[in-house]
Amino acid sequence: MSSATLYGEQIVYLSKHPKNFRAIENPNYMCEGANPLCGDKVTVYVNVDDGGAVSDIAFQGVGCAICIASASMMTAAVKGKQKEDIDTLFHEFHKMVKGELDVEKEPNHLGKLAMFSNVSNYPVRVKCASLPWHAMHNALEQKKDASTE
Amino acid sequence: MSAQTALAPGFDVEKIRADFPTLSREVNGKPLVYLDSAATSQKPRAVIDRITKFYAEEYSTVRRSIHLLSAKATQAYEGTRRAVAKLLNAPETRQIIFTKGTTEGINLVAHGYGRKFIGAGDEIVVSATEHHANIVPWQMLCNEKGAKLRVIPVNDAGELILEEYEKLLNEKTKLVSVGHVSNAIGTIHPVKEMIALAHAKGIPFLVDGAQAAPHMNVDVQDLDCDFYVFSGHKACGPTGIGILYGKVDILERMDPFLGGGDMIESVTFEKTTYAPIPHKFEAGTPAIADVIGLGTAIEYLQSIGLDKIAAWEHELLEYGTKVLSEIPGVTIIGTAKHKAAIISFTIDGIHPHDIGSLLDQEGVAIRAGHHCAQPVMARYGLPATARASFAFYNTKVEIDALGEAIRKTIEVFA
Repeated sequence: MSSATLYGEQIVYLSKHPKNFRAIENPNYMCEGANPLCGDKVTVYVNVDDGGAVSDIAFQGVGCAICIASASMMTAAVKGKQKEDIDTLFHEFHKMVKGELDVEKEPNHLGKLAMFSNVSNYPVRVKCASLPWHAMHNALEQKKDASTE
Repeated sequence: MSAQTALAPGFDVEKIRADFPTLSREVNGKPLVYLDSAATSQKPRAVIDRITKFYAEEYSTVRRSIHLLSAKATQAYEGTRRAVAKLLNAPETRQIIFTKGTTEGINLVAHGYGRKFIGAGDEIVVSATEHHANIVPWQMLCNEKGAKLRVIPVNDAGELILEEYEKLLNEKTKLVSVGHVSNAIGTIHPVKEMIALAHAKGIPFLVDGAQAAPHMNVDVQDLDCDFYVFSGHKACGPTGIGILYGKVDILERMDPFLGGGDMIESVTFEKTTYAPIPHKFEAGTPAIADVIGLGTAIEYLQSIGLDKIAAWEHELLEYGTKVLSEIPGVTIIGTAKHKAAIISFTIDGIHPHDIGSLLDQEGVAIRAGHHCAQPVMARYGLPATARASFAFYNTKVEIDALGEAIRKTIEVFA
């Protein structure tokens, strides 16, 4: 059906079989992201190694297919990366789903995350895709806050 | 169209559909199937034209100026009040108060009646199926006054448990406020019986009629309710206009809600005396064109006949229930014996928002979410549902399209 543009095979598959869908016990950082308007709720757990790279990341929660698939892809994308590179992905992903970054024409680091570019055609669904990214970002920001204290 | 018209013989839905310009448009390349009338109804040409004509040819303020246009505008504006009084079978026209909508109507009663007559230790009773508009104003009042909100429980089918309701009524109960029809699961509550039980203990009763007034005959004298509220925009009228009906003695004892122009008798810096009802509750320049538009909407609904509307919508409900029940994986939430044409449902393994987006791609407009009734969702252990709600302009062919779109949705996730 035409909505395959939003519900690509991979997004549907990941929504049913998400990667890194688990809790991390005693994580370095965690954050619960919630969208009170639709009831989506995602908790992101992050461990960071001595070199500052994300050594482990996982999530749990309830949400629509877009949200769960996005959380799955987010965890895969940021694992092993440094905070600066993750920030770049976070901002690029955000711009893409809001329709402010054309992944076909403009240089970016999104790679497979580009499968969410069609979300920009569905303004009411942008928050579904970006919720796990915000949760991850806030979790890591806690680290920043903690280190400056 | 299907030939099954046993419940609503002779109901010419195609003729009615021609009155609604929006219904002939396409969405995502498919004919629009509008099944979100519980959120807001589409508008017939007559209402759109009446508002345009008022702004283009007759526009003026009401009840203030002496000139001809204002006199005519006032006549049309007050004409709607008479039409609403007739629609609800109110004893007197002055019992009809114009508000912004159901939400404002309930807030008006919470302020004008609640703040004056409800105090610390008193109790307000609502039901487990209420819309947030019939929860939050009472909660705010309870927080302010130290009063308590009590909740009538609901069974698995979505019916209020009347034995529990009776037990909640006591000497501390100062008001009962219950929706006539649940917007989230469609139950038609037995408000007449509930009102009699409250009145037996001298307790006033507000009926939130947002989901009822446009869909069935409502007789406030037969119900004997103390207040009845509804919104114009769910009744083929414009947004920003609603109705509060109240009994005369209680309206007269109440304090005004908003202060300002039009609601006064005389003003000095020492003291203001208020206008008699209904104007006591209508401060400021009202939504004149919208009130006049609502008058046309009511005329339109009555030209079809609310009994015929109710019969056709019931037929749509039965057909819709049958179509959805036959789809494996679909569960209908809310199976009360008496239901309005609202079907809340879930599909195994598919989030309601995904259902909403995928149906939209097929041109089928439904609501997905908590329907501003989170406690109802919590009662059934769900974060959200998908909701198809029907109006008299819907057809069985559209319900077939809904069924087909649901099957496609299930295929996407298969």
